[in-house]
Amino acid sequence: MANVLEGLKYTREHEWAKVEGNIVITGITDYAQSELSDIVMVEPPKIGTTIKAGDAVGTIEAVKAVSDLFAPVSGEVIEVNEKVIKDPGIINRDPYNEGWLYKIKMSNPAEVENLLSAEQYRELIAGH
Amino acid sequence: MAKKTPFYEKHLQYGAKIVEFAGFFMPIQFEGIIPEHETVRSGVGVFDVSHMGEIEITGPERIEFANYITTNDVSKLALNQVQYSAMLYPDGGIVDDLLVYNLKDRILLVVNAANTEKDYHWILQNKKFNVEIKNLSDEIGQLAIQGPKSEQLMQKIVDFDLSQLKYYWATETKIKEIDVLLSRTGYTGEDGFEVYMAAKDGLKIWDTIFEVGKDLNVKPIGLGARDTLRFEMRYCLYGNDIDKTTNPLEAGLGWIVKFEKGDFIGREALLKIKESGLKRKLVGFEVIDKGIPRPHQKIINGSKEIGYVTSGTFSPSLKKGIGMGYVEVQYSEPGTKFRVIGKEPISVEVIKGPFYKKGTHK
Repeated sequence: MANVLEGLKYTREHEWAKVEGNIVITGITDYAQSELSDIVMVEPPKIGTTIKAGDAVGTIEAVKAVSDLFAPVSGEVIEVNEKVIKDPGIINRDPYNEGWLYKIKMSNPAEVENLLSAEQYRELIAGH
Repeated sequence: MAKKTPFYEKHLQYGAKIVEFAGFFMPIQFEGIIPEHETVRSGVGVFDVSHMGEIEITGPERIEFANYITTNDVSKLALNQVQYSAMLYPDGGIVDDLLVYNLKDRILLVVNAANTEKDYHWILQNKKFNVEIKNLSDEIGQLAIQGPKSEQLMQKIVDFDLSQLKYYWATETKIKEIDVLLSRTGYTGEDGFEVYMAAKDGLKIWDTIFEVGKDLNVKPIGLGARDTLRFEMRYCLYGNDIDKTTNPLEAGLGWIVKFEKGDFIGREALLKIKESGLKRKLVGFEVIDKGIPRPHQKIINGSKEIGYVTSGTFSPSLKKGIGMGYVEVQYSEPGTKFRVIGKEPISVEVIKGPFYKKGTHK
C-alpha cells in the first residue's frame, strides 16, 4: 500500500504539498512514483516562473510513461531541487523528502483549502 | 477474466506488480525495469512467457503447409532448427511474426500472445495440404532464461552439452525427468534459452532453475524489462511496430521473406510493393539532446509531417531516449535528422542496426 503522510496536502493528480507559512514545497506522491516506476527524467518549472493552481507546469518521465506535473497552488517558483534533476531515481526512493521537486511562494494562500487531506487522498487512491 | 500462467503464484511470491496483458495476469516488473534490464544484460534473468501461443502442425505435408502460410523458407530447416518468420494477409499486411520450430514429426509455431486466437483461426481458414492443426497454448508453459550467464545456469540442469546447441536451434530433452523443448532463442539480444513444458510441470522447472541459479543471482524479470531489452535490439513488436497495416519489406523484415521458395500467402502483393518501390520505412533513431520519444507521436521535418513513432522508450543501457517509427523513404538513411513531436519537440537522428550493440547472443 502506498505511503500517504499525515500533515501534507494532496492534489487529485498525485502531487503532495507541504505548507510552511506562505511557502509550499511540492513533489509527487509515493503512489505516483510507484505507478510510474523507474523515473528517468524530470522537468520542474523554472525558478521565477509564475504558475497557476491546476496548470501543467512540468513533466516527469519514467522508462515507459510520461506524466505532467500539476501546480498544487498559484504563485512564484522560488527554488528547484537540482539533485532530482541530476538523479531522478531519488523520487522513486524518497518521494516525500529528498525527492521534493520545487518550492512555490504562494500568491493566494487560501487555495490550500482546496487541496485534499491525507485521509481524502488515501480514499482517492484506495479505489485504484 | 484474465488467465493465469502456471507461474502466477511465483510472481506474487517474488513481489511482482501484476497487469493484465493479452488476456493474462502478467508481471510487469519485480524490483524495477532498470535493475531487471541490467540483470539480463550482465547476468541471468527468467521471464515467464507462458502467454505466448503454440500452434502445432502435424501430418505428412506439414512443411509444405508451413511454407505456404509463412514468409521464410521452412524447407531449409534441418531437424530441430528454428526460424524467425511472419504470416501475411493476401495484401501483404502482417498477421503476426512468429518462430517456426521444425521438430520430429511436427512443426511448432510460436506466436504472440495477443494474436493466438486470431492466428489459429487464420491457419485453420487457410488449411491446405494433408495436415492437422492444434492450438496447444493452454497446455504449455514457457520460460525464457536470458543473459550472458544463462548457459552456465542451464548446463547445471540439462543433460545435453549446451555448447553444441547453436543460436536458433532446439533440442527435445529433459530437466529433472520432465520432458521439455529447449531452444537457444530469445528476444533480448543476450545469449539465452527458451524452455517449453507441460503447464502442470511448470513450477518444478521454475524451482529447479531458481535453486541452481542462486549462485548466479538469477532473478525473475517482468514484461517492462522484456520490452526495453527487445527494443534496444530494435526487434519489432507486433501491435506497435508491425501490424496488418504494415508489410515486412517496409518494416525491415525483408530478410525473412523468401520469394524464391514459391507460393505463399501475400507473395504477389509483396512482389508488387517491391516493384513499385517502398514509400516508407521503419527506422530506428536516437535522441540527440534530451527527451524520450513515445508511441503515436508525429515525426516532422521542418513543418512537414513525414511519419510517426511506433515504439519509444528510455534505453537503460544507453541512458537516453530511443525510438522507432515509419518515415517517408527519403528520410530513412542513417544520419538523417528530424523531430518527434511530444510535449516539446525532440531532435533525433536515424541510426543503423540495433541501438545496443554489445549483446551476447550467438
